[in-house]
Amino acid sequence: MNERVAIVGLGWVGFRPVTPERSYKELMYEAALRAYADAGVNPRRDVETFVTVAEDFHEGTSIFDEYVPDQLGAALKPVHTIGGDGLHGLAAAYMLVRTGQFDLVVVEGHSKVSNLLTLPEVTAYAQDPVLNRPLRLNTHFVAGLEMNRYLHETGTTREQCASVVVKNRYNALSNPSASYGAELTLEEVLAGPPLAWPLGRREAAEQADGAIVMVLASEDRARHLTDRPVWILGVGWCNDSPSLENRDWAQAIYAREAGRMAYRQAGIGNPRDQIDFAEVDDVYAYKELQALEALGFCRPGEAGELTEAGVTAPDGDLPINVSGGSLGVGHVLDATGLARALEVALQLRGEAGPRQLEDVEVGLAQSWRDVPTTSGAVVILGN
Amino acid sequence: MTANIKEFPGTPLSEQDFAEGNILFNYDELRGHFAWDTGIAIGRYLAALKEGIILGARCTTCRKIVVPPRIVCEWCFRPMHEYIPLQDTGTVNTFSLCYVTWDVKRIEEPEIPAVIEIDGASPLHGIMHMLGEVDPPKVHIGMRVQAVWKPAEEREGAVTDILYFRPLQEV
Repeated sequence: MNERVAIVGLGWVGFRPVTPERSYKELMYEAALRAYADAGVNPRRDVETFVTVAEDFHEGTSIFDEYVPDQLGAALKPVHTIGGDGLHGLAAAYMLVRTGQFDLVVVEGHSKVSNLLTLPEVTAYAQDPVLNRPLRLNTHFVAGLEMNRYLHETGTTREQCASVVVKNRYNALSNPSASYGAELTLEEVLAGPPLAWPLGRREAAEQADGAIVMVLASEDRARHLTDRPVWILGVGWCNDSPSLENRDWAQAIYAREAGRMAYRQAGIGNPRDQIDFAEVDDVYAYKELQALEALGFCRPGEAGELTEAGVTAPDGDLPINVSGGSLGVGHVLDATGLARALEVALQLRGEAGPRQLEDVEVGLAQSWRDVPTTSGAVVILGN
Repeated sequence: MTANIKEFPGTPLSEQDFAEGNILFNYDELRGHFAWDTGIAIGRYLAALKEGIILGARCTTCRKIVVPPRIVCEWCFRPMHEYIPLQDTGTVNTFSLCYVTWDVKRIEEPEIPAVIEIDGASPLHGIMHMLGEVDPPKVHIGMRVQAVWKPAEEREGAVTDILYFRPLQEV
């Protein structure tokens, strides 16, 4: 068995609203090429197995896993594609190394959402076909229901949710890979058109295209390949009830449990003290606040105040979504969790450029599979 | 075997039961619209088809010439940037005679999908297309064929710019 696993290669392309000059295969190839060059590995010779993350309905091709090997250098090698968020893929790759059967594993996730012309209709197909879909609601309604109950139970305000948008989109101005950087005021965010009240249009992330590839290695291989490995200290994932009829609407239980699983592995008893920064789900602004509370960075109802007080800003005590998050970078569908982990890894390597945080040793990435799901994952990384 | 069974156990369902609402079911239709960016390699391939040319790409490492072209060699993982116009003739690698259409209708005259190894490409590198102007029983593996193109003004940069492949000699 391999006890420790490190990320030794990072490659990405994007993130942009449209990418008409590249096919999805070419996006994947470009990200893979960069990751292999970064890791100093040859996929044909060195990489033993590959994991990709994709959802057939997002791709418009069923049995999509058939279409991934060639552009990753994975032809005639073990490959599997999982339906899940990018962090579920990272967890799968991590486990493959931990088994001891493989020393070098690649994980890939991408978004070519600009090619999906009817995203709301396709997302509606995630609703229960008999119980919920006949009501013919835009799936954003699930976020509206959740946000309303979350505000009700915690006393969090709409202004506090909007402050997440102001922060993350401003952070994105320091990220050359981000598409939606902006300097907005609270009033401008709140003045946007309503989407699913209390949720406003400007509190929902816009989509982006892009691809992310990471190379994972066992400790021995990692030591040979790089002098700046990013160690995977813990991974966790969890699903709450899929039912809209009887889930906990106020709290992100799945994030709490995924966090606990990862904390156990990483030996983290007090996340606020032991974790320096985090990239968390912010596909809707309130989700960032909900995630911070679920992950134990603060008590329920406190995340909004911390945000208003600047604690989660890049120069605060607990920087959150320094990359800009999904609100600032763009929502990359199935690759979202990998985008969060990418930023954590870049920060830990000291390669985050103008947005580099000082003295960071442990970071957390958390993701959610978007409406109407209650599944999410957490990974804790260290340098 | 089933012909020997006089009565099947259970309650059989008929179309009528659905029509009359005796069976509860839920009907819905997915509105899934996609527009795939063709990208660098396939984009060039389609643009060449519009000009009446079948375009391949050559790997400078393993020297394979593949068709359709791609930007990376599947086997070497080296970039491919040499595009090569190929012949519009080739050899049938394999084919099938299909008596059921894509929307499940029985037909008398079969559709004939075939993989055609294009002249100028490496062995085993061919394109998936249809055969035409041929008597189905006479189609054989190894048969020499040539593309029948749409008239130039009707071509639009799609695989259907080639109507089908027909035998090079009378068979």
